[in-house]
Amino acid sequence: MREHLDEPDAPLLVDVRTDRERRVANIPGSVHLPMAEVEARLAEVAPDPNRPIVTYCATGNRSLRILPTLAALGYEDARSMAGGIVAWQALGYPTDSASTLDDEKLARYSRHLLIPEVGIEGQQKLLQTSILLIGAGGLGSPAALYLAAAGVGRIGIVDDDRVDASNLQRQVLYSTAELGDSKAESARRTLEDLNPDVDVVTYEERLTSENIDRILSEGWELVVDGADNFPTRYLLNDASVWHGIPVVHGSIYRFEGQVTVFKPFEGPCYRCLFPQPPPPELAPSCAEGGVLGVLPGVIGSLQANEALKLALDIGEPLIGRLLLFDALPTRFDEVSIRRDPNCPVCGEHPTITEYIDYADFCGVPA
Amino acid sequence: MTIVRIPPTLREQTGGAAALDAEGATVRDLLDDLTGRYPALRDRIYDENELAQFVNVYVGGEDVRTREGLDTAVTDGSTVILLPAMAGGR
Repeated sequence: MREHLDEPDAPLLVDVRTDRERRVANIPGSVHLPMAEVEARLAEVAPDPNRPIVTYCATGNRSLRILPTLAALGYEDARSMAGGIVAWQALGYPTDSASTLDDEKLARYSRHLLIPEVGIEGQQKLLQTSILLIGAGGLGSPAALYLAAAGVGRIGIVDDDRVDASNLQRQVLYSTAELGDSKAESARRTLEDLNPDVDVVTYEERLTSENIDRILSEGWELVVDGADNFPTRYLLNDASVWHGIPVVHGSIYRFEGQVTVFKPFEGPCYRCLFPQPPPPELAPSCAEGGVLGVLPGVIGSLQANEALKLALDIGEPLIGRLLLFDALPTRFDEVSIRRDPNCPVCGEHPTITEYIDYADFCGVPA
Repeated sequence: MTIVRIPPTLREQTGGAAALDAEGATVRDLLDDLTGRYPALRDRIYDENELAQFVNVYVGGEDVRTREGLDTAVTDGSTVILLPAMAGGR
């Protein structure tokens, strides 16, 4: 059998065992089709019904039992490998192993592992991904919870604030018992309780031109921007362009929110969208504005969705697209945003080459 | 007649309206119509006679700056979105 597999007209070797069995050890070059999925997916796995098939399982029982099903589907030339992978291994033949996830992780992430776009490989990728959250408030709360639950291995939190009673209406990371606690520290406790696989790095400081290079240099692959003021957002934009780190941007006001992804030099940056912040006297005051409690839940979750897609390299991230959400009519709109060749930061002839500390007019606690 | 969506940050200037009907063949005409009726809006979206840098206008989902700016044509029934920068996150 083994020699036969190296021939050009080799049969298609089909592993009919469960996901978990396959992860532990499988025969190189075989395809995976669990017993239960044979009827639904055989044609997808074996597009040519005339190609001979050899099924295998652990010891040869299940792989034999499935043969009538294959025949009924029109795959006449199908045989079962006697003895299965146990016999294969006993003969000293090579196997592959996909799993570096232990049983606890296989259970915790089972709903990810079932999605072909994530799977073991994707989950391992997430466990090795580092995502930095700017702000652990309304947007940062749901984003942090979902990223931690998803098994993002390293999550950074930049926030110098303390939990205030007025936060609890929407900042779902915190509980009443944590009033007065440091947000970064309290978030670390909650996230590590939720998922011990996550290493939470806290920065109990406000992002400034002084500390931003140090913080962004600590291995972060992606930033989720949940800041609450223009100076931080512009500072972060300029730094992320210079450091080449994509930013998942979200903002909220009353019933409305915006989400987009700024991927340096592949899509627009925040300054391509809005080259300069509004003058302080024209900027809406955040504290006065108010926000429906669930709105940051919607927008922050969308940010987590974008971050996970970018980390997994799947789907179509919101690069060059600004998604607008209005909670009152429940309406999503999308507008195009393009790279501006005259952008002062990521354009052809940048005019901004060092950090600007804009006057702080919105981050002051009410 | 075109519907112009007014962002929450500019509704104080439009008597609370979230969307307004406006007349005009170009974005400039529409905005002139609106700022004629709501003069307080003018300082919020214009810098001299041009759109302020922190305000974007979209016609059919496209930024008018990538088209003909304030001279971008507007047809009846198209949706015009007025969008100033918004920073809230908490």
